Amino acid sequence: MSTILSTPLAVPPTQVAPAGTLDSRPAAESSVATLESVVKRYGNTEALRGYDMTLRRGEIVALLGPNGAGKTTAVRLLLGLISPDEGRVRVLGRDPRSADARRRLGAMLQVARVPETLLVREHIALFRSYYPRPLPAAEVMRSAGLEGIENRKFGDLSGGQRQRVLFGLALCGDPDLVLLDEPTIGMDLQSRRRLWDAVRALAAGGRSVLLTTHYLEEADALADRVIVIDKGRAIREGTPSEIKHGVSGRRIRCVTRLTPDHVRALPSVMSLETDRDALVIYAEHPENVVRRLLLEDDSLHGLEVSAAPLEDAFLALTGGNDPSD
Amino acid sequence: MSANTLAIPPAAAADALLPLRILFKETQYELARLLRSRAYSLSIIGFPVMFYLIFGMAYRGTPAALYLIAGYTCMGVVSSCLFGIGLVLAMERAQGWLDLKRASPMPRFAYIGAKVVSCAAFALIIASVLILLGNAVGGITVTATEAASLAGLAIVGSIPFAAMGFFVAYLVPPNAGPGIINLIYLPLSFASGFWMPVSRLPHWLQAVAPVLPSYHLAQIALVCVRLAPAHGMGLHWTVLGGFTLLMLAAAWITFLRNEET
Repeated sequence: MSTILSTPLAVPPTQVAPAGTLDSRPAAESSVATLESVVKRYGNTEALRGYDMTLRRGEIVALLGPNGAGKTTAVRLLLGLISPDEGRVRVLGRDPRSADARRRLGAMLQVARVPETLLVREHIALFRSYYPRPLPAAEVMRSAGLEGIENRKFGDLSGGQRQRVLFGLALCGDPDLVLLDEPTIGMDLQSRRRLWDAVRALAAGGRSVLLTTHYLEEADALADRVIVIDKGRAIREGTPSEIKHGVSGRRIRCVTRLTPDHVRALPSVMSLETDRDALVIYAEHPENVVRRLLLEDDSLHGLEVSAAPLEDAFLALTGGNDPSD
Repeated sequence: MSANTLAIPPAAAADALLPLRILFKETQYELARLLRSRAYSLSIIGFPVMFYLIFGMAYRGTPAALYLIAGYTCMGVVSSCLFGIGLVLAMERAQGWLDLKRASPMPRFAYIGAKVVSCAAFALIIASVLILLGNAVGGITVTATEAASLAGLAIVGSIPFAAMGFFVAYLVPPNAGPGIINLIYLPLSFASGFWMPVSRLPHWLQAVAPVLPSYHLAQIALVCVRLAPAHGMGLHWTVLGGFTLLMLAAAWITFLRNEET
């Protein structure tokens, strides 16, 4: 028990305390998955460049980044679908390609098409048959919100319902670790919220969840820890509020005669972009920056100072790549 | 104590049987899925049946009506394997479905086995329908022995072409899949004598035919319905066996290359 309590879990202790729910999940492994100095190349492009990541038990981690940042590569490495060119990947203390690791892991991938003439309950039954101790079918249906559509053909489902079936497939083996690659793509707000609840319930049951997303709202709503990844490297890591505050400080918007290069050189300015005729400045100590700006430019106008929303923090971190493109 | 000793063996037995149960379920659902897909089952079963109703009926009561039962059965074997494995697997690969299966603990042999058995089942259905049609409306008699050996060939003959299907699946770009597979399958059917005796083909094609594994399949089918003497069987089976090994090796190499990317 002491090993559990000393583990730096990012979830409140009440969520991991009930010993009964932990029986099947060995307490010795505080880190359920690791990527160590992983390099993965596709031809001449490096999808991951010396990437380190640790996933701890019972936590929800969001890998946040623009398309092509390396999120899906990280997930595919953890699933043993690809092997690293350098570095090491471990899942539940094992090679991710081992049958043992795969039996304790559930995955939801971006699948363009699933056999459409099979019924929802048949898809679930087939995946459950792969595991020696599967989650009861009724439990899968309930957790993934598939009740009422069990006897529908996959091809007749809406986009959101299809995503829920894929989520259900990830739960079939009663996994210790769940990997969700862009889980809520194509979902309406209501289904998205329901899936978020289901993901939270997984973590509350002692499971670890890694999800990739480029929905900032999703990382904010779900994750205990956010890893911002860009161009194959982790560029920031922390709780959603740390990412928001620690990263971007404050956002200053104004119209000024001063050149961007001059403003960028001011103390505590972290990044800067132009927005039509205005400058948008991210600064750790906005008061100092505003004081200097007003002193140096008496024509300065349209001044706004605000807390940067997560989206702005994200854009500042990833060099202005639009996360949704 | 006695409860424990009783409880352990069934659990261990269940674990040992798990791979077989998975193979069974995988096969059951693969077959259900293909049969329910009307576009697929109508074309794979429908084409040889329709051809027989047109051309077989035109030669009603002649040996040609029997010949076409053998030929169209071979057509069913090759098409169900090339489309049912080659095309289906190429699509599953491109659409990410195969990745999800690979990431699960599903044993590879269950996935492969299910596909082979499903194709053999389709070939068997096609052979059975053709035999029934021949006897019912073709004006010929397919004896029980002939029917059984042709049905057996439909199953066994699926193995070499299933191996070819796996290889093709890793070769074709999925968007162009149907076109390219037709480009392999239709000339193969024609040149192997599925539609008419090889002796009626242009001379240069007659020279090509013996190097095609599908030609040897057709020759065995003709022996099954006693339209050809049995003395060449050793060669035909050797060619099919060698072809199977070659295709399995080629498929295995491409499969491993894809596993490791």
